[in-house]
Amino acid sequence: MFAFIVRRITQAIFVMLIISLIGFAIKNKIGDPVRDLVGERVTPAERAEIRDRLGLNDPFAKQYVRFLKNAAHGDLGLSFFYKKPALEVILSKAPATMELVLGAGLIIMLVSLPLGVYTALRPRSFLSRFTMGFSTLGVSMPVFLTAIMLIYIFGVQLHWLPSYGRGETVDLFGNGWWQSGFFTLDGLKHLILPCVSLASITLPLFIRLIRSEMMEVLESEYIKFAWAKGLPPMRIWMVHAFKNTLLPVVTVFGVQIGIMFAFTILTETVFQWQGMGYMFLEAVERSDISLLITYLIVVGSLFVIVNTVVDILYGLINPTVRIAGRK
Amino acid sequence: MSHLLEVQDLKVKFALRFGDLTAIDGISFTLDKGERLGIVGESGAGKSVTGFAIINLLSKPGFIAEGKVLFNGKDISTLPGREMRRLRGNRISMIFQDPMMTLNPVFTIGTQMVETLKAHRNITTREAEKIALEKLRKVHIPSPEKRLDQYPHEFSGGMRQRIIIAISLLNDPAIIIADEPTTALDVTIQAEIMDLLQELCQEEEMGLILITHDLGVVSQVTEKIAVMYAGKIIETGDTQTVVNSPSHPYTQGLIKSLPGALKTGERLYQIPGMMPNLTAIPPGCAFNPRCHLKEEICVKDLPLLKRTEKGIMAACHMI
Repeated sequence: MFAFIVRRITQAIFVMLIISLIGFAIKNKIGDPVRDLVGERVTPAERAEIRDRLGLNDPFAKQYVRFLKNAAHGDLGLSFFYKKPALEVILSKAPATMELVLGAGLIIMLVSLPLGVYTALRPRSFLSRFTMGFSTLGVSMPVFLTAIMLIYIFGVQLHWLPSYGRGETVDLFGNGWWQSGFFTLDGLKHLILPCVSLASITLPLFIRLIRSEMMEVLESEYIKFAWAKGLPPMRIWMVHAFKNTLLPVVTVFGVQIGIMFAFTILTETVFQWQGMGYMFLEAVERSDISLLITYLIVVGSLFVIVNTVVDILYGLINPTVRIAGRK
Repeated sequence: MSHLLEVQDLKVKFALRFGDLTAIDGISFTLDKGERLGIVGESGAGKSVTGFAIINLLSKPGFIAEGKVLFNGKDISTLPGREMRRLRGNRISMIFQDPMMTLNPVFTIGTQMVETLKAHRNITTREAEKIALEKLRKVHIPSPEKRLDQYPHEFSGGMRQRIIIAISLLNDPAIIIADEPTTALDVTIQAEIMDLLQELCQEEEMGLILITHDLGVVSQVTEKIAVMYAGKIIETGDTQTVVNSPSHPYTQGLIKSLPGALKTGERLYQIPGMMPNLTAIPPGCAFNPRCHLKEEICVKDLPLLKRTEKGIMAACHMI
C-alpha cells in the first residue's frame, strides 16, 4: 500500500512539472514583461539593461529552473491588477470555488447513487423511465442556460432563493481566509442554485454511468452465484453488486471533479460568485498574464491532487490494484 | 418412499417478443440420497437451464411453465422467493462453470464463506470461520488459515473451483448441482476436481447432479445418466449400460465421436448436422434430420421414452 501511494505521488509530481512547463512557456513567450514594467520614456538601452538584470536573456531552460525554484517557494509572479503575488490572489478566491465544487459534488453523490442503483434494479418502473428521460435533458442543456433558468424560476418568479453572491459567511479559521457559506442558513441558501447548476451536467452522466455499471454487474456470474448461495437480496445488491459498481465510478468521479473546477467559470460568472472562475474571467479581460498562468497551475494542481486521492481510494476498494502496488 | 428430488414433467419457457420459446420440454427424473446423476448433451440442449430451474434461478425471461420439482416430496417450484432462498446454498447448492468468474473479486474468500453461513443460520463470525476452515480442509486447500484473508485473484483456477466447492458444502446440502464444473480447467485439474466431488458425495451421502458435455467424466463419476437433446431427455438409465451399449442413435453418435477408441491419425466421428434451433424444432422426433435410421414415423410422431430390453429408457421409434 505504501509503495503504491509513493508511486502514485511520484506520478503526480511528474504531471505537475509538465503543467508548470506549459504554464511557464506561455508566460515566457507571450507578452513582454519589460514593457509591462517600465514607462514609455525608457530608452531601448535601458530596456536591454533591465532585461539583462531580470535574467530574461538567459536560456529558456535556465529561466524555467529559476521559475520552478521560485514556484517551490510559492512565488508565481505578481498580478498586475491586484499588485499582489498572484498565488495569494488566487488562494484568497479558492475557498469560494471549492465550496461550490464541494456542494455540487455532494449533490451529485447523494442523488446519483440512489437513483443510479434504483434505475438499475427497477429499469421498467415509472420513476426509472422518468429519471432516464430527464437525465437526457440534463446532459444536453448547457450550464449557463440551466443557471439562468434556475434564477428565473426560483429567484425571480418564486423568490425562494437568492440568485447572486455568497450571502452570510462564517470565518472558518479565524484569519479571514476561508469564508464558509456552509454554516449559516443564508449561506446555504446562496449555495443551492449555483451548486445545482454546476451539478446539472455531471449528475445525469453519473446516474447513467452508475445505472449501466450496476446493470452489467448484476448480470455477472458472481452475482448469480451470490443468489445461488441464498444470500438476502439486499446484501447482493447493496454489498456485492454495489462495491463492484463503484470501482469505475470512483475513477470517473475524480476526473469529473477536476472538470467541474473548469465549469465553475461559467457558473461563477452567472451567479457573480467571487471565486477563482470569476477572477479568471476578470483576469482575461485585464490581460493579467501572471494571474492567468497561476490559475492554470493551481487548477492543474487541484486536478492532479484530486485524482491522486481518488486513485489511492480506488486502491483501497480494489484488491487487485493493491497487489500490483506491492510488487 | 419419496425421492430426495423428483422432477416431474418440467417445462421451462423463455418469454420473448415473438412468443414463448420452450427451452425444456417436459423432462422427468429422480435423484435419491447419495445418488449421482449425470445430465449430458450438446450446448443448448437445456442442461444448464435444468440446473437453474431446480433452484428456481432462471435468468430473466425464463420461467417454469409447467411441471413440478419435488424436494423431499414438497414442490419447490412454486415456493415464494423468501422460502426458496432458504433452500439455496443451504439444502441445494450449485457449482458454476467458470471459477474465474464465480467469486466476487472485491471480497476475501473468508467474507464470501462467512456470509453464506450467516445467511442460513444464526451464527457468530468466529463460529462461521471455523466451519469455513473445516470445509476448506475438506477440499484439500493447503494452510486454509492464511487463505481466508486472501482475495480470489490470489488463487489459481483449480484452487478457486475447490473454494467454490467448499462454499457449496458449507451448510451440508442434500444436493449439489455442478454445472460443467471442470470445463474451464486444465485436464489434470479436471480429474482432481472430479475425484474430489465424487469423494465428497460418497462421504456425505450427498446427491449430485453433474451437468456436462463430457461423456468420459459422466461415466467415471455418475451412476445414472440422462441424455438431453433439444430440451428433452432422449435416453436415461444406468450410466454403465447407456455408455457401453447406447440405444438411441443420438447417444450412439455421441459415444462414437469420443476420441478414446481411435487410432492416431484416424478421423473423429461426427454426427452430421447441428442441433436444431429452439425456435425451429422439427416435427416428430427432434433428432430426425440427423438420424441415419430415419423413417416416415420419425417425422410424424413424437417418440416417447420407453423401457428397452437392457433396462434403460430411450425415446426412439426404431428400438
